[in-house]
Amino acid sequence: MTAAPILTVSNLTVSVRGEEGEREVVSDLSFALQSGETLCIVGESGSGKSMTSLAIMALLPRPAARIKSGTIRLGDTELTALDEGRMRRIRGDRIAMIFQEPMTSLNPVLTIGRQLMEAIEAHTALPRNEARRKAIEALNAVRIPAAESRLKQYPHELSGGMRQRVMIAMALALQPDVLIADEPTTALDVTVQGEVLELLRDLQRENGTSVILITHDMGVVAEMADRVIIMRHGRMVETGRALDIFARPRADYTRELLAAVPRIGKGREGGAAGGATGFSSQPETSRNVAEVRDLHVRFDLHGGFFGRVDRRVHAVEGVSFSIAPGETLSLVGESGCGKSTTAKAIAGLVPYTGGIAINGRDLASLGAAGRKAARRDVQMIFQDPYASLDPRMRVGDLVAEPLVIHRIGDSDERQARVAALFERVGLSPEHMDRYPHEFSGGQRQRICIARALALRPKLIVADESVSALDVSVQARVLRLLKDLQREFGVAYLFISHDMAVVENISDRVAVMYLGQIVEMGTRDQVFSSPGHPYTKRLIEAVPVPEPALRRVRFARLDSEIPSAVRRVGDAPPKLRLQDIGGGHLVAA
Amino acid sequence: MIAYLGRRLVQSALILLGVSIITFALLYLLPADPVRQIAGRSATPETVENIRRQLGLDQPFFVQYWRYLLNLLSGDLGRSYIQRSQVSELIVSRLPASLLLMLGAIACELAIGLTMGIVAAVKRGSATDQALMVGSFVGVSAPQFVVGLLLLYVFAVRLGWFPIGGYGTWRHLVLPSLTLGVLGAGWYSRMMRSSMIDVLRQDYMRTARAKGLARGTILFRHALPNAILPVIAMIGIDVGIFMGGIVVVESVFGWPGIGQLAWQAIQRVDIPIIMGVTLVSACAIVLGNLLADIVAPFIDPRIKLR
Repeated sequence: MTAAPILTVSNLTVSVRGEEGEREVVSDLSFALQSGETLCIVGESGSGKSMTSLAIMALLPRPAARIKSGTIRLGDTELTALDEGRMRRIRGDRIAMIFQEPMTSLNPVLTIGRQLMEAIEAHTALPRNEARRKAIEALNAVRIPAAESRLKQYPHELSGGMRQRVMIAMALALQPDVLIADEPTTALDVTVQGEVLELLRDLQRENGTSVILITHDMGVVAEMADRVIIMRHGRMVETGRALDIFARPRADYTRELLAAVPRIGKGREGGAAGGATGFSSQPETSRNVAEVRDLHVRFDLHGGFFGRVDRRVHAVEGVSFSIAPGETLSLVGESGCGKSTTAKAIAGLVPYTGGIAINGRDLASLGAAGRKAARRDVQMIFQDPYASLDPRMRVGDLVAEPLVIHRIGDSDERQARVAALFERVGLSPEHMDRYPHEFSGGQRQRICIARALALRPKLIVADESVSALDVSVQARVLRLLKDLQREFGVAYLFISHDMAVVENISDRVAVMYLGQIVEMGTRDQVFSSPGHPYTKRLIEAVPVPEPALRRVRFARLDSEIPSAVRRVGDAPPKLRLQDIGGGHLVAA
Repeated sequence: MIAYLGRRLVQSALILLGVSIITFALLYLLPADPVRQIAGRSATPETVENIRRQLGLDQPFFVQYWRYLLNLLSGDLGRSYIQRSQVSELIVSRLPASLLLMLGAIACELAIGLTMGIVAAVKRGSATDQALMVGSFVGVSAPQFVVGLLLLYVFAVRLGWFPIGGYGTWRHLVLPSLTLGVLGAGWYSRMMRSSMIDVLRQDYMRTARAKGLARGTILFRHALPNAILPVIAMIGIDVGIFMGGIVVVESVFGWPGIGQLAWQAIQRVDIPIIMGVTLVSACAIVLGNLLADIVAPFIDPRIKLR
């Protein structure tokens, strides 16, 4: 630590001009990045962590945002004093950056090879074939199989994890001194996240790159950080070595943040979830709020001369489960495993084959009116609270809308009921006349919950309902969901990719892979003695928010999950679930 | 790709069939009597009936259409009532002039429209942006005969840079192309501006900047191909708008294309020519759209033709 730091930020203040005048989003921030170390900047949304990284790269969204004061020194160079032309030569060459969204961070109309090579050619005078060789080298370094043939591919032909590897390859091709990674794994599946983090660590060891890692995920911090900066409202709250921060947090906010992080193993000790103890793993009561038998959802793809169906997406393949009153069943799995499609089929939003019974009534046997009545018992809460509320309606009307649709009560009764719901989910009834944009993400999700509760449903389908929220908000919303379950006896079908959250809230858990359930059992069965290798992998991939427990190695697959798109007539083989004791079902 | 083309061509043929039925029916229902036009005012009723029989215009609608369709399928568009020559020959002799004019107009609107749109998007919110958008508004709303006459007055009469009318050299081409192109340029500049602004906001533009690429590379290699897609689809539709514009512009500038042919035919109720020009225009529109759809996958690899 005696050597001169590679990057020094002193008294950095960044401001954004908005309608209400200029506002500081980063205030008086100072830190130094040593050679070869990983510095994590942690904070919830609006903490200024991304603005800090953009300020270092001189990529602040102009003209609204600007560096108001402070200095940023890279070695001996003062970056804030450079003009655009000279800054351009530093970007990508000495400081490189990777972003959160691998799906949109690559240009869709240019090949991977073109985008890699232009990054190299922008800073070196290498001839074409040399640049090409270097590009292949970079792809090999990030362990992309068949690197040479990838050069001709376009971004949409690669999965999210592969695209993020391409981004990393692009950033590291010229061996920059500093790599800024802004939430590099947030948009990725948990097993892919594990692989990408592992890769970043390997590459750092090999090249000695200094890394600034920006994240909201304490698990990722514990996994990666040498030193940590905790930020809130644009200010540094606490800084120190990762081990110290986790073991002896000094600031209250850090303690709160750490306490809010869902941890695997912690949820069980709490034992807080609904009536978790009362249920066997396969409740066979006739009063189940939902019975799903051999559910299939397939989407046709058209091709050929007359646009015939020649291939199908096998989204859900023979899924069966039941949900008892007041119980929480979680469906977990990675993107494309069919968990959301299953939820949509239950809510009546996609056509399906197989049997779905709500409250003992088979939906297929009901007429349109009967289905509408049955649908009252099933309500949904979606992932994105920003997109699932109509911005042009008052939130009170949004919550009352289900009552209007099902013609319940008159205007005054509805008003009273909505007010009660607002109070119940922790909002003031006075807020009913406001519009969605006046609320924060957590408040909006509360509004969505109130809307789902309006019809007093027996079952609420929560599709990734807390994934978009900051951890502290997430913890509060989860607590609210549990309280409401105790109070109203509502059952949840909880769809999530986050194993820690699932463990926290579930009574029973079903793990999905490629449209089928590979394992199902009580929470303890699945988390304490996972039977299927995929379940084990999912649990193992979750970064543990405890630097002392940092895992040594995460087995990397460097391959992709097979496709759910198949030719007509080529249905995937059906997995057989075996009871390995106590109703714990595992695919053979 | 071949299956796609086959399907599209079958669709196109059906569209043309529909156009031919509708046009034929509209002309049949027209109160103007073509036979009177041919025979002249002083003709006796017998002469008129004679001509009517000769042309087959005394037959019921479906017989007339069936005959026309059979001829059409063997490539015969019939004879002009007035000029007595083959309609196909008349059209073929005038088509090159119109195509040339259309190419000139497309070049004009792309050159002017795309440039304006890109500049406005890059300098969004500035005075330049606002001035350009006012210009595009004027382009969109000005009637073509007004634009044509204005250009004629300024550049041909006052300045004498270009000839007043006629056909033959590139100088003759400039003013008519510009007149036709101004409308499209107005549209394209608006489309290009909003499309470009949208693209400039994308994450991959930030990636391009983070790589340290030069400004020109970012703009022309990363932004332009993404932004131009909606404009290309528009060019296909534009061919139809041109066909309307060509009638006006060819008349103003005395350009010997099919627009002028159509104009004369309409005045004299020369049904075979009107039918022929309509079908050729419909063909052009259908082909223009097909071409735009075929070009799109070469720019955006995500688009697959099925």
